Amino acid sequence: MKSFSRRKFLQISSATFASAAALGTINHVTKGSKLFAGDKTKTGTYQVPTYCNLCFWKCGAIATVKDGKLWKIEGNPLDPLSNGRLCPRGTGGVGAYSDPTRLKSPLIRTGARGNESWKVVTWDEAFNYIADKLNTIKAKHGPEAVAYFSHGIGGNFIKHTFKAFGTPHIFAPSFAQCRGPREVGFELTFGDVIGSPERTDIKNTKCMALIGSHLGENMHNSQVQELSQAVENGASIIVVDPRFSIVAGKAKYYLPIKPGTDMALLLTWSNILIKEGLYDKEYSEKYGIGFEQFAAEVSQYTPEWAYTETGVEAKLIIESARELARYKPASFIHPGRHVTWYGNDAQRSRAIALLNALLGNWNHKGAFWQPTKMPIPPYPYPAYPEAVMPRADNPGKKYPWAGEEEGLTNGIREATITGNPYPIKSWVVYATNLMNALPNQQETLKAIQNLDLLVTIDVIPSEIAGYSDVVLPESTYLERYDDLHSSPFTTPFLGIRQPVIDSPDDQKPNWWIAKQLAGKLGLGHYFPWNDIEDYLKFRVDKAGLSYTELKEKGIILGAKKPVYIEEGVEEKFNTPSGKVEFYSTQLAEKGFDPIPKYEKPEEPPVGFMRLLFGRSPVHTFSMTQSNPILQDMIEENEVWINIDIAKQYGIKNGDYIKLKNQDGMVSNKVKVKATERIRTDCVFMTHGFGHQSKALFNTYQKGASDSHLVTKYKTDPIMGGTGMNINFVTIVREA
Amino acid sequence: MARYGMVIDTLKCVGCMDCVVACKTENEVPIGYNRDWISYETTGKFPSLHQEIRSERCNQCDNPPCVYCCPCGASHISETGGIVLVYEDKCSGCKACMAACPYGARYIHPEGFASKCTFCIHRVETGELPACVSVCPTYCMSFGDLDDPQSDVSKLLASRSNHSLIPEAGTKPQIYYLT
Repeated sequence: MKSFSRRKFLQISSATFASAAALGTINHVTKGSKLFAGDKTKTGTYQVPTYCNLCFWKCGAIATVKDGKLWKIEGNPLDPLSNGRLCPRGTGGVGAYSDPTRLKSPLIRTGARGNESWKVVTWDEAFNYIADKLNTIKAKHGPEAVAYFSHGIGGNFIKHTFKAFGTPHIFAPSFAQCRGPREVGFELTFGDVIGSPERTDIKNTKCMALIGSHLGENMHNSQVQELSQAVENGASIIVVDPRFSIVAGKAKYYLPIKPGTDMALLLTWSNILIKEGLYDKEYSEKYGIGFEQFAAEVSQYTPEWAYTETGVEAKLIIESARELARYKPASFIHPGRHVTWYGNDAQRSRAIALLNALLGNWNHKGAFWQPTKMPIPPYPYPAYPEAVMPRADNPGKKYPWAGEEEGLTNGIREATITGNPYPIKSWVVYATNLMNALPNQQETLKAIQNLDLLVTIDVIPSEIAGYSDVVLPESTYLERYDDLHSSPFTTPFLGIRQPVIDSPDDQKPNWWIAKQLAGKLGLGHYFPWNDIEDYLKFRVDKAGLSYTELKEKGIILGAKKPVYIEEGVEEKFNTPSGKVEFYSTQLAEKGFDPIPKYEKPEEPPVGFMRLLFGRSPVHTFSMTQSNPILQDMIEENEVWINIDIAKQYGIKNGDYIKLKNQDGMVSNKVKVKATERIRTDCVFMTHGFGHQSKALFNTYQKGASDSHLVTKYKTDPIMGGTGMNINFVTIVREA
Repeated sequence: MARYGMVIDTLKCVGCMDCVVACKTENEVPIGYNRDWISYETTGKFPSLHQEIRSERCNQCDNPPCVYCCPCGASHISETGGIVLVYEDKCSGCKACMAACPYGARYIHPEGFASKCTFCIHRVETGELPACVSVCPTYCMSFGDLDDPQSDVSKLLASRSNHSLIPEAGTKPQIYYLT
């Protein structure tokens, strides 16, 4: 038995900073990486403010190091996103540092792609290899033959390198595999996007409807905090979900909808609001265009008809519609986030936008706010070379509303497979696991086989890293500076990410990788700054703010501006007509339905159920399952099966089964959650598990991968996103 | 003298486990062990369901069987706030306390002593909230002096319907769940 009480030890060490906090001034001992180098043996406690990277929300955080060891990470009380409280992933960010699977040094592939056999090389060797291949590709095929994929703010500097290289092919799955349809649907209707963080005013709402959005399981911090406030305020919550989600348990109305029929409900709600005269008539007259056509179109959708499509009782549909109307304009239908479901997702998002328009709630308190943002001047870089060839991801603008900033990941994959409109010979992938982000893994593998160079830059050996020619190990967010963070929100703010602790091995920050690679490519002049801090300080100074203060506090707040109509924001719509477009001439001109229409979803074959997937509060995508702390919370996913169906198959809670989809694809074994909390015609699992990368040894093959089973997808004709909830699975008993 | 307790709003809790993660880092709870956890209780038949989500931990009982059964004098009632603590160096790891606890709140630390929630007494003594309370993104947890009628916890208990866990065990648990 040890002689020194661990508990007492904690008391002593925590007292050193707790007393400072109690005085009201948090004593942030800020340490740059240089200052900290060689300090590991130092005893005592210090704190560094930074911002989180466990998801894309980028909450302000304060990390505490005790005796040279990373101890804990807490929210920064100055941060308007977290209000000083991180989500479980942010709190568990400590495990991102200690993850035993972390990439340690640059690697070059020695075996076949996907064999995960490597030789360890120096950074110089790795950069020489990459630069040599990229220059050869550029000489033969042009810079456009290189595609760069990234996720998160950490991708910014390498993005700059590839823009300097001359490729227009910059991608992020966040558009075509996530929230693209929502941005397009709202832009077509109100002339503005939802953005991230979502501009929803949950904390002030009196009534909110969630369509499949499972807040509380998807842990977008500010949204969840506001959900709690809404519950405290007694707001009415309407949850539409085939699964009795966590938030369904807090709802006044739970609508157990048949998957794929949301549009029937949305259009019927619109019809009820119009028919019963419950909509904001003055608003639609003053600010709307094409209302009469819209009203005529939706008049066919009755609650009785909707019941036959959605399985939701007519009475419940009517009552929930009236509830939304009762509280207008402080009521809204949440636009959701991951909304690439059925391939008609932009139209469904438009139906959501139009319902909101009927409530007259755009930029009204209790529904949506007008984002404000701290303006930070960009660094004055030389102009990028202009691309010679048009983009290959959306030839002929087949998908008229495909986003150009994030591109069509599935479009460039198609071009890589076919060589049309021209060959794509290299992918460079930063912190996005394309194997699990894109539907149909076979197509991704096919595309990879056509590449002369595949490079992955990541913290952990993801599946896509396993197929790469070169793998570059990045420092975690706790070990690096990153770009400045100023998201659009209710309060303008600026956040800084700065190193808390040294990288344990030969990992390097993305900015260093970007600059070194640019140098090797002869593009060094695109990085006129020597050190990242020169860049950061330049921009902060230009914004008229104090870099020292930013480093000390982690967050600088800007002056509050009006964010609601009620505070003086103008009723303004950046659509071509300058109005809320109930009837979309833009869509009609391109041959699409100007008013959303209902289409019946495909029925599952006999013995099959629809595969649905979503989020767990303790994991992000497929990037956190190897984090030892978060893994200790949830180690593997479960497949939710209605308890009556489970009984029919003779399976019970905790049994392991496999799932087989309509194309014969069989999953890893996965634990059964036999539950009352889901319909009988679908199953549900959380995304990100069932890893196939052997290098992710502590999470290898734990749980099942929905990505593996999503072989079928339907492309949204308006914006090119991939609807993924169209796969069906049957139960295979584990032998 | 203060009597520390917690009041947890089950209507706000989303079961995100932030309390569990925060406890783990704050108290350096080893991987594979937890001092707090989430319980879900679902009743009814789909779609007419009711769900209660609870963040659970040692109930810091007023009548603690774990203290009475301890043969080593390791489990004891602290002078600070009447909470139950373990002298780690006195504990033999005999697990009598684990058998006596109706809540399954204790575990044997890999170093051989019984361990459990301390209400983060090391934080409370310096004016901070327990880690789980301070981190909760839904603000569903309140901590304070149940003997002080003016404390947040007392006011919440006076104004909202609530229950404790397994009161029939007679342990007088000091964690209350608002419903």
